Amino acid sequence: MSYARRAWIVFHKDLLVERRSKEQTNALLFFCLLLLFLFQFALGPDRDRLAAALPGLLWLGFILAGLLGLGRSFLAERENDCWEGLRLTPGDKSAIYLGKLAGNCVLMTAVEIVLVVLFGVFYNVDLWTPAAPLALVLALGTIGLAAVGTLFAAMTTQVRARELLFPVLLLPVQVPLLLATVSATQALLLGQPLADVAHWLKLLAGADAVYVTIGLLTFEFVLEG
Amino acid sequence: MIAAQDLRKTYGPTLVLDGVSFALARGQCLALLGPNGAGKTTLLRLLATLLRPTAGALQIAGVDALREPERVRPLLGVVAHGSYVYEDLTARENLRFWETMRGGDASPARLAAALAQVELDAVAEERVRTFSAGMKRRLGLARVLLAEARLLLLDEPFTGLDRRGRKWVNEFLLAFKAGGGTAVVATHSFGGSLGVADRIGILGQGRLLLDRPAADLSPEELHRLYESLTEESLTEGAEAAP
Amino acid sequence: MTRALGWLAALGLLAGLAAGFGYAPREAVQGNVQRIMYLHVPSVLTAYLAFGLVLLGSIAYLATRRPGWDRLAGSAAEIGVLFTGVTIVSGSIWGKPTWGTWWTWDARLTSTAVLFCVYVGYLMLRGLIDDPEARGRYAAVVGILGAVNIPIVHFSVKWWRALHQPSTILGPEPSPIDPAIGLALFVNWVAFTLLFAYFLSRRIEIARLEEQT
Repeated sequence: MSYARRAWIVFHKDLLVERRSKEQTNALLFFCLLLLFLFQFALGPDRDRLAAALPGLLWLGFILAGLLGLGRSFLAERENDCWEGLRLTPGDKSAIYLGKLAGNCVLMTAVEIVLVVLFGVFYNVDLWTPAAPLALVLALGTIGLAAVGTLFAAMTTQVRARELLFPVLLLPVQVPLLLATVSATQALLLGQPLADVAHWLKLLAGADAVYVTIGLLTFEFVLEG
Repeated sequence: MIAAQDLRKTYGPTLVLDGVSFALARGQCLALLGPNGAGKTTLLRLLATLLRPTAGALQIAGVDALREPERVRPLLGVVAHGSYVYEDLTARENLRFWETMRGGDASPARLAAALAQVELDAVAEERVRTFSAGMKRRLGLARVLLAEARLLLLDEPFTGLDRRGRKWVNEFLLAFKAGGGTAVVATHSFGGSLGVADRIGILGQGRLLLDRPAADLSPEELHRLYESLTEESLTEGAEAAP
Repeated sequence: MTRALGWLAALGLLAGLAAGFGYAPREAVQGNVQRIMYLHVPSVLTAYLAFGLVLLGSIAYLATRRPGWDRLAGSAAEIGVLFTGVTIVSGSIWGKPTWGTWWTWDARLTSTAVLFCVYVGYLMLRGLIDDPEARGRYAAVVGILGAVNIPIVHFSVKWWRALHQPSTILGPEPSPIDPAIGLALFVNWVAFTLLFAYFLSRRIEIARLEEQT
């Protein structure tokens, strides 16, 4: 099916480009390390204070890294008018969105894994026991962030003050996801079972479905022009 | 192949195209001349369905291009300034990407054949970042070859090319026409396209000031007309002969 | 039409003031400061109306590409942000004597603040794009996302709030709705809706004139 092929080749192309310019991904991952230090210095040496703030810090770090990483989603398309070339391709343009979204999810997952590992090591937190349910929360949060981030990145690529407008647009929409993921993460880290956070997971899943759907439906309007 | 009636384009208060009408038959090549800012790129983008005109009508291959751009786009081959290349991909990967996006057959054999046709087979696995402007443009031409475009829209294909490069583009266009393709070439430098053009159009102040079969005009006449109509001289006029 | 709306709105506001200050009784627990509810609640309701119109205008613009829909969306968003601001400020003023603090992260205020931020972003996006066609398209996408997000925000904030026990049980509504209070609220709500309609009508007019130059 042509749609799937096109989504796949966009995904594949983005991975290739990312792999070729490894410096950029490395910089992003290094940024996560810096965030870790920043949080530590901002909160002070009190171990308990840090532990209490941990779920929030994890997601805060994730969103900040996301702002940097996702904002650059369509940077390659700005060169050499490739954006225009994409406009001229036939068929449903949402395939491009899907491919980009997949690529961004992979990128954000890499960032997440790094952050979780760093947190576990530096803040001496047990992230292994609740690993499976935590992974679920992370996955749902990632999709939500990437879904809206990809759409807004496409939009702001063509707009003045891109680097400022992207976070201004993305952050308010992320609030419910942030509330849900932090609450769920907190509960899981306290040892509560997955069933206790089921309502949060449902909210996340619902929100993700809404965001991806809107992305698929409206991407062609963003691409054009 | 193309029928344009009274195309008009305004950007806010600026009038860029002021009623452009022309027709181009299948298998013919129109050379669009004009100084910078005359509206050549705008007209080309209109033909490519990348822009919508403020007024006017446009039919490509009998289809209303304004109402059904999606039907027209598969026929088009656009090689413009940007040439649609991803700098970090190799030549072959670029072709594979665009051909797959088009929904066409991106088999290694076809890609290799296209690369060979534009004499880029030696650098197929090199990243485009290392290419010269001429090579990038040849890659763009390989892309439109693969796409089996029927209408070629080239914006300044001769810029940045040396004499050999220009000759190459001309030969490419001749072969393309021989295969039944139609082409519109916008250029502010004449660079030898006189040999391949069937019609000459001069765009100035947003209007087609001249639209004649190339056979009617000798190079000297063309230069004279161009200068008087646009109050500029054709650059690289001395190298007009192919 | 617009002028008639203007007069109606003025009348409505007068009636609302009378109802709020004259007719409705003084609330037992909070005292006269509770009367700010007659400003606060209609404001937030009007804001939701405004953003509903933004959603409508956005979808309609993407479907039809008629500039009138985009003008509706943009104008409604501006006025919506205005009323949201009024909601937040009035809520804050209400909160100071009532809860002793200028700000509290209660469900309604938080949701409203998030809403405010979403649509301020929307207005900033509009401000940064000159090409009216691109502006309409991009704004429509953000408008749709922002509006659809409202219930998601509502639930997430409500559940989040439930985790952190509120320090007091004082919310914007007094516990049993006294019919007199209810009527005063209704009158003010109608007045605000008229005011909104008047503002919207004017703003769309200005937008249309701006585009003609």
